[in-house]
Amino acid sequence: MMNEYDVCIIGAGVVGCAAAMQLSKYDLNILVIDKEEDVCSGTSKANSAIAHAGYDAVPGTIKAKMNVRGAELIKQLSKTLDFSYIQNGSLVLCFDEADIPKLNTLYERGIKNGVKELSVITGDEARALEPAVSENAVAALYAKDAGIVCPFGMTYAFAENAAANGVQFSFLTEVKNVKKSDPGYTVVTDKGEINTKYVINAAGVYADVIHNYVCDDKIKITARRGEYVLLDREVGDLVKHTVFQLPTKLGKGVLVAPTVHGNIIVGPSAEDIDDKEDTETTAASTAKIKECALQSVPNIPYNKVITGFSGLRAHGGDDDFIIGETADGFFDAACIESPGLTSAPAIGEYLAMLISKKSGAALKTDYIAERKNIPHIAKMPPEKRTEMIKKNPLYGNIICRCESISEGEIVDAIRRKPGAVSLDGVKRRVRAGMGRCQAGFCTPATIAILARELGIPESEVTKNRPGSEQIKEKL
Amino acid sequence: MKYHDLVIIGGGPAGLAAAVSAHEAGVSDILILERDERLGGILNQCIHNGFGLHTFKEELTGPEYAERYIKKVLDAKIPYKLKTIAADISPEREILYVNGEEGAVTVKAGAIILAMGCRERPRGALGLPGYRPAGIFTAGTAQRLMNIEGQSVGKKVFILGSGDIGLIMARRMTLEGAEVCAVAELMPYSGGLNRNIVQCLNDFNIPLKLSHTVTQIHGKERVTGITISEVDEKRSPIPGTEEYFDCDTLLLSCGLLPENELSKSAGITLDRVTGGPVVDDRLQCSVPGVFACGNVLHVHDLVDYVSEEAERAGAQAASYLSGNSTADGYVKLYTGFGVRYTVPQMIDVKNMSEQTVVRFRVADIYRDKSIALYYGDKHVKKQKKRIMAPGEMEQIIIKKDSFTDGIPDSIKVCVED
Amino acid sequence: MKTYEITCIQCPLGCALTVSVDGEAVTVTGNTCPRGAEYGKKEVLHPSRTVTSTVAVTDGVLPRLSVKTKTDIPKEKIFDVMEVIRKTTVEAPVKIGDVIIENVCGTGADVIATKTVDKFRIQN
Repeated sequence: MMNEYDVCIIGAGVVGCAAAMQLSKYDLNILVIDKEEDVCSGTSKANSAIAHAGYDAVPGTIKAKMNVRGAELIKQLSKTLDFSYIQNGSLVLCFDEADIPKLNTLYERGIKNGVKELSVITGDEARALEPAVSENAVAALYAKDAGIVCPFGMTYAFAENAAANGVQFSFLTEVKNVKKSDPGYTVVTDKGEINTKYVINAAGVYADVIHNYVCDDKIKITARRGEYVLLDREVGDLVKHTVFQLPTKLGKGVLVAPTVHGNIIVGPSAEDIDDKEDTETTAASTAKIKECALQSVPNIPYNKVITGFSGLRAHGGDDDFIIGETADGFFDAACIESPGLTSAPAIGEYLAMLISKKSGAALKTDYIAERKNIPHIAKMPPEKRTEMIKKNPLYGNIICRCESISEGEIVDAIRRKPGAVSLDGVKRRVRAGMGRCQAGFCTPATIAILARELGIPESEVTKNRPGSEQIKEKL
Repeated sequence: MKYHDLVIIGGGPAGLAAAVSAHEAGVSDILILERDERLGGILNQCIHNGFGLHTFKEELTGPEYAERYIKKVLDAKIPYKLKTIAADISPEREILYVNGEEGAVTVKAGAIILAMGCRERPRGALGLPGYRPAGIFTAGTAQRLMNIEGQSVGKKVFILGSGDIGLIMARRMTLEGAEVCAVAELMPYSGGLNRNIVQCLNDFNIPLKLSHTVTQIHGKERVTGITISEVDEKRSPIPGTEEYFDCDTLLLSCGLLPENELSKSAGITLDRVTGGPVVDDRLQCSVPGVFACGNVLHVHDLVDYVSEEAERAGAQAASYLSGNSTADGYVKLYTGFGVRYTVPQMIDVKNMSEQTVVRFRVADIYRDKSIALYYGDKHVKKQKKRIMAPGEMEQIIIKKDSFTDGIPDSIKVCVED
Repeated sequence: MKTYEITCIQCPLGCALTVSVDGEAVTVTGNTCPRGAEYGKKEVLHPSRTVTSTVAVTDGVLPRLSVKTKTDIPKEKIFDVMEVIRKTTVEAPVKIGDVIIENVCGTGADVIATKTVDKFRIQN
């Protein structure tokens, strides 16, 4: 790792990668570091995958601004950077006449925040839009503009576009300290020291630790665990809209939503956790979200659950994001909880604007504005598919049956920059192993492909970070 | 578009036996599509013995059993394509297959036999709480890694589920030097054969913990241990019964699910209980000319029955192709007490052959009970059984000449005293 | 006199057998049929098993060859036999039924191939 940079971004989640992507338009030397083995390994990989319309945040907050701008950017970027985004609309269900004022409050917030196409509708109107909605819903806030996005796809799109424009990545690099030095900061890591003029702190649940190395006004981030269950694509037409609920007796409320890949997601729970690595699922949380969701959609076929998972949200004290230059040359993107995924591109844009101004960096003349995703061969019409296979026969060798992913696509995932180095990295990029058999069939083949492409023995292929090797030894 | 009289999806035990039988019945234009690099399917990784006692009257290993049928297919020069996946089937019997050599190719079939087999129920579907570390495998995946790829998945192993694959892997891993802590089974009885409990667990002093399940998976990167709990009659964990096991691997042998995504694309009606297509006594699905056999139809206990069923499917497809496709009205088979499902689910009594084998599984362990057959309200047949268990398939034979009072409204199979 | 509690595996009934051995005299109780008595006697006096495993293959289309002992071997020799199997490497091609290890551990049983593994050729 070279150790002199203009900008060092700590954290390769969606926020760090968005900042890298936006900053890569400028003539700057940029390094993104992350303690995990790949991009998108923390909060960015385990969330609701929603592009929120922007009626949740209190008007005037940073959250409100970033949310609305972020939602706008996602629509544009999903085209230029080729990631999955669907404008499916959302409903916030209200189950009690007495709660309708709360819907109106959300409506007014939305209008103030600049959300378009927002309306309060009756229960019957909601059921006309979304027949699966419970008879008990008396009214709903309908946001036609709300969408769903692939959180992995978006993060990889940002990372790959950044890399194409010269941004470097260093993984398995954990920050131990950030010290003021001349002319900026020294980021001390377990892999050595990095000298940089500017630091962007996009460290997710650890952003408080990074912030507190540098700033006098200390902050605290609590890891708020959210658990989800994911249902088979077979029942993917259960709902078309993202169905939220107003807080109820059962708690804050959970959502039932389609994903861009055609699954159904149910969750999250909300549990404050001391351990920032604790992404366990618990029987109690699973039961709770399942029960709570039935209030919105009474007939969720839970026998079609294919997996459950937890993510940690970086919850700060003030209920707002901390974004901006909190110390000279030190830029925070901290306390990024919901709607963090939606806001990420806007946060990146804002930080890039601040740093470009401060540094006076010029725009690149050879900037690459577009990026193409790894092709999903099985989605192509047969003639096009045949053409692709004739060019690369590996596209004809299906490895993941459930999601119809070929060896060629897995190889592409590994050879991209930054590329997959683990089973989870392959899974998040091309969905091999994300289907109903949950990698039962494809694990042996994917391990063999990773070993071959990375030039390592099968026993060194990991699920994610080191220590997660699947194979113990060769017989 | 190319045409074949018969396209068989899957070159495992079901597909091979169906192909041989259809060929013997005079079908000359057959194509087998197999996704793996060789014929034989899951038998290639089932290197243990115990196969073929019914079919060949001798005890074979999985690969040896497969070899017998592969030889017949080769001798009959039945064409097959390897590393070729069927990606889609239309209700008009057009099949889209994909491989590295030809690309994506659509062929039209006169008849289709579905023989895609089944898959294992994964961790996610079981809802086991805890982290998602490396070291959790379905038993069949571990078996493939070990017996085909030559890779060992763990040193200290816990197994959840006492299905036969789990039991077989307990022995296999022990023989390769791993320590198998125990096998836990949610139900109060094992889903595996007695023989496997004796020779795979008892031989190596591996405890079988009935009415237990995994209630916590420990370890963030790699499994470091698991906690199990005893379960009550409702299969809910009983607080206070937790027991911790130090291990680096968790194998899951918690049930098999017929793989019917293609059947769905063809618009074929599925049975909610079996997870496989609804078929008539010819093993024909709801889409005419499409037949099903083996584990894609319902999960079998012995491969011998898969072969037998597949041979029937092959013969029936041949008969269909020779113009024999009249159906004069079906009589539905109902399941009474103790019977979870039947295959077939309906019989064309008027056109049925001399007899038809009805296979099913029972819902619980029954000792000294009978399998009873009713036509409408009329009691037709009773078959005494010393023991019946959910882990084993049962069967009852319906003979054409037993319909002495004409065609009944319904047929019922049940367990009774 | 020694007694053994074993499960009969002759049929799904799975009778719980009690086998008593007193010098030459062996008595089996708990069985439902004569096959059970026979099984109990043999399982206590001369238990035997077929061992199935894999051996390494060089130059083959597969890295492992599945094998078995052609006949049952004494149960107490299972791990000795495994030890020999584990150290064995064969060169492709191998045909199903080929003898891989003769008279393994002096049991009188050969270890034979249960699969055909062709030689690996780079395809043009």
